[in-house]
Amino acid sequence: MRFGIAVFPGTWSDRDCARAVDVAGYESVYLWHRDRDLRGSDCVILPGGFSYGDHLRTGAVARFAPLMESVQEFAAGGGLVLGICNGFQILCEAHLLPGALTRNQSLEFRCEMSWLRVETAETPFTSACDRDQVLAIPVSHGEGRYVAEPSTLDRLEAEARVAFRYVSPDGSPVGDASPNGSMRDIAGIVSEGRNVLGMMPHPERAAEPLLGSTDGMRIFRSVVNAVAADSAFAVAP
Amino acid sequence: MRFLAEVVISLKPVVNDPQGLTVRAGLHQLGFAEVSEVRVGKHIALEVEGDSEAGVRRRVAEMCERLLRNPVIEDYRIELREGGSR
Repeated sequence: MRFGIAVFPGTWSDRDCARAVDVAGYESVYLWHRDRDLRGSDCVILPGGFSYGDHLRTGAVARFAPLMESVQEFAAGGGLVLGICNGFQILCEAHLLPGALTRNQSLEFRCEMSWLRVETAETPFTSACDRDQVLAIPVSHGEGRYVAEPSTLDRLEAEARVAFRYVSPDGSPVGDASPNGSMRDIAGIVSEGRNVLGMMPHPERAAEPLLGSTDGMRIFRSVVNAVAADSAFAVAP
Repeated sequence: MRFLAEVVISLKPVVNDPQGLTVRAGLHQLGFAEVSEVRVGKHIALEVEGDSEAGVRRRVAEMCERLLRNPVIEDYRIELREGGSR
């Protein structure tokens, strides 16, 4: 089981992701943005950070990196792609996921613990979770307010493609305590084929007891289980 | 010929603009009570070589479609004139 971790200029969570994968006992390789080789990855992680300085819009430039062409092909063939924070922003800009991430409602950069309710365990990224389980996973972003057309939101909900919603620690609606003001409190969504997940919170920062939560490990474990259980998920060349 | 293209990117009316709300609150604080609505956008100035205004407009529109604006949340408007920016 090998995780490929994309590195763009300005990526800052690549090493955190590698550490989480290492703690979980799996192999990781870094994938440089100028390369096209996914180096045999079973799952590609687009980590958090500020790729290309977030110039123009978050993720707008990273989308054109040579590596992203390979990631697009990999995703189209059913390969598992996990976009975290800036990675979610890149996936939206690349049209691998619908919608957009905009400035937080508060206009503040929020770096704090958030609580996510698992809305579906029927994805390769959440199968090691229970539906309605609340995960403690921190956010760290200034532009995480998820926005999409109402018809798109309706469709995401109808197809059970909302993976996570921000909630209060007890699982009740988050209300004004939302870290960013996302529409319908959406924190993470999957693609139509369910093989691409974008989420604003950072599971790799909730991967060891020292970090205050190990809930993020469930996402990495889900991916490992999915790859082990279903060889139909494409492995990158 | 050289043209100056000014692209104004604005948030779609349906997209909430917390920056605009904050600026409006600041203006009200300063006594500009007549301000009812503020929307904050982006201004991108491009110097472009081309043979005709129509041709340049078409190319700049393509740039907007492919990179400069995000169609999910943003609208754009192009103002074009002959000559450089200076």
